[in-house]
Amino acid sequence: MSTATDPAGATPAAIAIDRLSRYFGERTVLREVSFELPAGQTLAVLGRNGVGKSTLLRILATLLRPHSGTVTILGEQLPQRGWAVRGRIGLLGHEPLLYRDLSGRENLIYHARLHRVPGQRVEQLLEAVGMSSRADDPVRSLSRGMVQRLTVARAVLHSPQVLLLDEPKSNLDPAAGELVEPLIGRGCGATRVLTSHDPQAALVEADLVLALSGGRAAYFGPASGIDAAQLRELYA
Amino acid sequence: MRTALTILRKDLLLELRTLEMLPAMAMLAVITFVIFHFGLSRDTLSGQLAAGELTVTLLFSAMLGINRLFVAEREQGGFDAFLLAPVDRSAMLLAKATALYIYLALLELVALPAFALFAAPPHMGSSLPALILFLALSNGAFAVIGTFVSAIAVHTRARDLIGPMIGLPLLLPALIATSLGIGPLLTVHASGSPSGKWLAVLALYDLFTALLAYAVFDFLLEE
Amino acid sequence: MTTHVRHLRGLTIATAITLLVALALVFFYVPFDANQGFIQKIFYIHVPLAIVSLVGYVLGGVFAVAYLRTGERAWDMRSYTAIHMALIFSVAGLVSGSIWAKGSWGHWWVWSEPTLVAYLIVILLYCTYQPLRFSIEDFERQSRYAAVFAIVCGAFVPINFMVVRLSVNYLHPHILNLEGGNLPGSMKLTFYTSLLAISLLYATLMKYEMAAKMTRIETRRLRRRLLGEDAMRPLGRSAAPQ
Repeated sequence: MSTATDPAGATPAAIAIDRLSRYFGERTVLREVSFELPAGQTLAVLGRNGVGKSTLLRILATLLRPHSGTVTILGEQLPQRGWAVRGRIGLLGHEPLLYRDLSGRENLIYHARLHRVPGQRVEQLLEAVGMSSRADDPVRSLSRGMVQRLTVARAVLHSPQVLLLDEPKSNLDPAAGELVEPLIGRGCGATRVLTSHDPQAALVEADLVLALSGGRAAYFGPASGIDAAQLRELYA
Repeated sequence: MRTALTILRKDLLLELRTLEMLPAMAMLAVITFVIFHFGLSRDTLSGQLAAGELTVTLLFSAMLGINRLFVAEREQGGFDAFLLAPVDRSAMLLAKATALYIYLALLELVALPAFALFAAPPHMGSSLPALILFLALSNGAFAVIGTFVSAIAVHTRARDLIGPMIGLPLLLPALIATSLGIGPLLTVHASGSPSGKWLAVLALYDLFTALLAYAVFDFLLEE
Repeated sequence: MTTHVRHLRGLTIATAITLLVALALVFFYVPFDANQGFIQKIFYIHVPLAIVSLVGYVLGGVFAVAYLRTGERAWDMRSYTAIHMALIFSVAGLVSGSIWAKGSWGHWWVWSEPTLVAYLIVILLYCTYQPLRFSIEDFERQSRYAAVFAIVCGAFVPINFMVVRLSVNYLHPHILNLEGGNLPGSMKLTFYTSLLAISLLYATLMKYEMAAKMTRIETRRLRRRLLGEDAMRPLGRSAAPQ
């Protein structure tokens, strides 16, 4: 883990993006977006629907190719060395990535095997997200909040160094939010990128803020340097 | 290898839970035999006619399975989950082809007795080992091409159409070899020994398709 | 952009001349076939069409390999036009073969001719190339999947011919069997001239299609730069690379 410590002493960037662009056909979704995120810190990506937040997360998760610019994550360049960072990134997206007809436990065991994680970790996490009692019910029979809790467990199953969270608390009530806080919250130890369209809540969580508007970075800087009203104005 | 086993286990478990494919495949096979009975208006068949009926019936049933092979991955995020894991992409091809091979073998467990009951010549028994050998080889080509075609079709809008349209021509060499190979086995006074020529063609076609699919499959998984 | 237009005029003229020479040879120079008479002359059109289209399919696969290796759109375009033109040529080849079969054997279709049967299977397979492209919305995925299709099917073409040939206890029409070796000199000359003419025709048409499509993409790009993103109507769905 050469990225965790830097001989020069400065905090190294866990994620460094330089003039990243991504198109869908001839539509430009991301246009020359640049930022650096030091290890252990949290970046909040804000913007309206369809502005490219999820696309950015999918690129970081190695699921989409960047079209131009450079993307370096945990010291490895994408997409060439995507295989080297796979398994060190956890993605919590809009889709739960769980099979509806398998139980929560079966799903997690499947993911644990794919990531070569021992089976006890599954039980620990089921306990941690409060799903032990419903772990053998098929996912299709669970409420959205429960599925989201399982999804959190799935995303952190392999203890990723980088967590990509796409509106992580959208389906959770406050109590469930508390429950997953140690796994994906500020104290979880991972470098986090989270998207949100609620600037108020995001500012509390984040060290750095990236506001996207029309595929461009409208603001990038420390969360302390801007308030929610200014942010809203930037991308509204 | 371990990854392929993991995926295979998950696939078989899913099929066991939902029973989406196998019952439908078996049903279709039986009903097709009935339709052939009326279409051909014969009580028993022999030789090439019997071989044709068996091959076409198995093909149709296989097509059902092929169409559904990747649907859960596509609709429930299985592709993404797989791509996020630090594993070899070819494991998906191996797992899916094996799953399909198992489904086909189970299908034949139902279809062959039904065929013997409804249509086959009276003394099929002596040819059975050779027949099974042919099906074991043709299942290989079906499994590999089926997996390949299904992986393409699942990302198209008209996946139920695109799958068979690409799959059928690609399967033709295997179908020709199977049908012409088992034809002599189903004549009334069959010797029971298989034709080496068609076995060899099938085996080589299995090998050819497996290598080709292995070479290109990674490109189908990438986003 | 100019690379696609360069040599176009020279190639067109060369094609026209060779085609005229080939037709002149077919109609005025080469003698009637002893057994089949006038109808046999379709051989000089049919066989080159078939050969060129099959080579075109394989070429589409080769270009597709280049596309997957480099990721350059131009290779996808080449693969697409190669297969597109090969499909047109092979339909012409199939029709001319059918006419020949009717003329010399009295049937529009003969199953005992393995080359014809294998050819039909290949055409049926490649008929799905355009629908496949059309039914994938994401451009990148469309190109990638089309390339995979082109590679697999390009490799399938020769294998398919071998298997179908094995399946027919064949009674070959003598003329196809001769592989040029036993053809009398005049027939050989005419045949190879025709082959050259049809190959040139294929190359020229492919180049024209490439040039037209690339120009369309380029004008669109320029319009977008000139008028801005908002002035552009969104692209419709298409089977062709764009």
